[in-house]
Amino acid sequence: MQTSLMDLIKDTAEGREADRILRSCVHCGFCLATCPTYQLLGDELDSPRGRIYLMKQMMEGHEVTARTQLHLDRCLTCRNCETTCPSGVEYGKLLDIGRHMVEERVPRSAGERWLRRILRFFLPRRYLFTPSLRLGQVFRPLLPGALRAKVPPRQHAGVWPVATHQRQVLILDGCVQSGFTPNTNAAAARVLDRLGITVRREPAEQCCGALSFHLNAQDEAKAYMRANIDAWWPHVEAGVEAIVSSASGCGVMVKDYGHVLADDPVYAEKARRISALTRDLGEYLAAQDYAGLRVDGEQRVAFHPPCTLQHGQKLHGVVEGVLRQVGFQLTPVPDAHLCCGSAGTYSITQPELSQRLLAQKLDALQSGRPGVIATANIGCQLHLLSKAGVAVVHWIELLDRHAVAVGTPARERQAA
Amino acid sequence: MSATAESLAQAVGSRPELDRHALIREFLAILPQASVLHDPEDLRPFECDGLAAYRQRPMIVLLPETVAQVQETLRICRERGVPVVARGAGTGLSGGALPLADGVLLVMAKFARILELDPFRRIARVQPGARNLAISQAADPHGLYYAPDPSSQIACSIGGNVAENAGGVHCLKYGLTVHNVLGIKAVTIDGDLIELGGECLDSPGYDLLALMNGSEGMLAVVVEVTVKLLPRPEQTRLVMAAFDSVEAAGKAVGEIIATGTIPAGLEMLDNFAIRATEDFAHCGYPVEAAAILLCEVDGTMDEVADQLQAVGKVLADCGASEIREARDEAERLLFWKGRKMAFPAMGRMSPDYYCMDGTIPRRALPEVLKRTAELSREYQLPVANVFHAGDGNLHPLILFDANKEGELHRTEEFGARILELCVAVGGTITGEHGVGMEKINQMCVQFQPLELTQFHAVKAAFDPDTLLNPGKAVPTLNRCAEYGAMHVSGNNLPFPELERF
Repeated sequence: MQTSLMDLIKDTAEGREADRILRSCVHCGFCLATCPTYQLLGDELDSPRGRIYLMKQMMEGHEVTARTQLHLDRCLTCRNCETTCPSGVEYGKLLDIGRHMVEERVPRSAGERWLRRILRFFLPRRYLFTPSLRLGQVFRPLLPGALRAKVPPRQHAGVWPVATHQRQVLILDGCVQSGFTPNTNAAAARVLDRLGITVRREPAEQCCGALSFHLNAQDEAKAYMRANIDAWWPHVEAGVEAIVSSASGCGVMVKDYGHVLADDPVYAEKARRISALTRDLGEYLAAQDYAGLRVDGEQRVAFHPPCTLQHGQKLHGVVEGVLRQVGFQLTPVPDAHLCCGSAGTYSITQPELSQRLLAQKLDALQSGRPGVIATANIGCQLHLLSKAGVAVVHWIELLDRHAVAVGTPARERQAA
Repeated sequence: MSATAESLAQAVGSRPELDRHALIREFLAILPQASVLHDPEDLRPFECDGLAAYRQRPMIVLLPETVAQVQETLRICRERGVPVVARGAGTGLSGGALPLADGVLLVMAKFARILELDPFRRIARVQPGARNLAISQAADPHGLYYAPDPSSQIACSIGGNVAENAGGVHCLKYGLTVHNVLGIKAVTIDGDLIELGGECLDSPGYDLLALMNGSEGMLAVVVEVTVKLLPRPEQTRLVMAAFDSVEAAGKAVGEIIATGTIPAGLEMLDNFAIRATEDFAHCGYPVEAAAILLCEVDGTMDEVADQLQAVGKVLADCGASEIREARDEAERLLFWKGRKMAFPAMGRMSPDYYCMDGTIPRRALPEVLKRTAELSREYQLPVANVFHAGDGNLHPLILFDANKEGELHRTEEFGARILELCVAVGGTITGEHGVGMEKINQMCVQFQPLELTQFHAVKAAFDPDTLLNPGKAVPTLNRCAEYGAMHVSGNNLPFPELERF
């Protein structure tokens, strides 16, 4: 597509990247077909192609107002459009740049500013968030309905394996996940233990930065990233074979550290190394020999692939493959490529659209009458759980609970 | 683009001054605020469709949701003398939905529902904004599908398909949109709801239903379409054949048809296109081949076996360097995926492309492809060929960079030369994309003044004030006179002895 970006934008690193991405778009409109917000609203301005145009005109020097901001805010950043796009437009990267530029040019209302500030301050800080969540869980029966749906009952982690194997990985604990679903990583540790792999954790780890990054506080996000690199580096030097993320929303961010910090003179190289080591839990497990894990009995599971997994990390069908391989029966889910409406803080900042997508998604997931819904990201899990009629778990918990281990690694565990 | 805007303004002529704000207030009385866009910030993203080189910001964009709103909108436009351009998903490649500076852009995207699907009568009644592929997906559980499948079928709307009489890779055997639509409901510029056709194959009186297909939004605004659904064939097989020369592949096309076999699809990609699509779709195309043919046959088991044998023999006789049959359904879909994503995949090779749509007699394929390659050298612009070889529908894609001074102009001139070449060998300037804004000058080459006058008379019968998509599809005689003066001096066509159709 033809572009004529303003000189003062074109001469920056961000501007050059934006120009490159804009020029790769040929305006074919294929992306409209798989955009969740376009499907709901039928307005070009709420489609990837429309948003690309809105960003382009801003960068070309035309007036930009809260209207452009609204349409960019409504984007879920699900990146379904990237999967659909034949021209290879890196929409997610363009959107990050575009949102940042709009933020600098269009002031938000006091209410919006505060909501965003609170989300950014509160959610990533485990020492604030987890105690508040526990308090909420104690008084859960007394909470008003809408809030109660967002506060699930307390989950306990179960036993963390004590064995030390030669093969080791580092797992991301996550900020919100460690408070809501501590069993996810414990289950991952138990399953990997059965395969002869020790899972390490790093107490000094902070939020991955995704929350701040997508709320347009990119500098704050970079500070989190640098802190994490420092915290994880000793593990990297100790030779962990991977940094594993059980939350695809965090994983997609950490895989992008190398790109985000590419111009950082101190951290660029380390960031690239960290990103290269990072694997989604499903991706990591799929590369192991897990033939010894088999499911007993018939378990009907509806799997919801998070957007950060299938579109962000381009790991389409990987977890599904693992689940089928060990013997779970996956029920058919129509439109599995669509977002559930959770999308990080989207469910809080855009509640109406988020709830419409949630209702659609739950209809689709429950249409095959599953016994349980499984997913691969904490945000999706909680969002689905708030309205689902059946249990919603992380898929690794199913493997941990139902898979019977046979073979060498299991004997090794008993010996230890 | 100022050149296009100018030529469009010239085609439409000047209209009386009107009070834009008063008009907006009138629309706000019948539509919600979010469905009436009038600020430049909101309007600019609507300034082009799939042909992004042609741009014009509309005066107002409307997003109606009900037929009553469409009727009321058109009544207001008629009363105020405001031109209206209807738009579906905005995937068109001929600028048919290019807006007008003093006009309303009527976007039908909110009409996206499938109203009824009857597997026993094998019909679907759908709103115009419904996506082409969504219809086939909805019909799929019943073993049915909607046959026309333009490459943009994932996104394009059925209303737009009707407007452009869209084809697709399977139209060789199953026909264009016009052959698969049973009935249409449309709103005239007076705001009246009319119904054309119905649920049976023939209706008494003139066949206005056929007239509506390919009318490019110039006669009425489509608000409902009843389409025919076909049972999925018992068996479908796809053969891919690689050739060392484009001409040899072109010759094989004619030979296949000459055996009496009508493939469900017969497509050709040249080396340039093969490499671009392989990069995106990873479908296993042989990247070193000069050209590949994709030949699909379908029917009962016996029919398919016979056709496969016949096609295989022709391909071998014509010197195919490799003949490969898709192993299974997954691979068959993968082979097609590459073909269907071929246009936009060009975005990986070049910032812009210009897609042509000429149709020629099959026997002229080798010659036209050779001549196109010569023109490509003359204009110093690369061309990729991805097209419906079976029905002679060419899609040369000219690759250019709109950011480079003068390249677009050179591209357009090159494109015009290709289309005129198509006419010269006895073909036409469009196969399935419509004339729109893009090929309007070539209409002057294709038709004589008297024919064009009759076209205008047809439009006037529906739209006497020329308010529906004015300036598209059928050029004014003045425009032709000017174009003729520029390009075809004295209206002396090359090869005047050739029969035109």
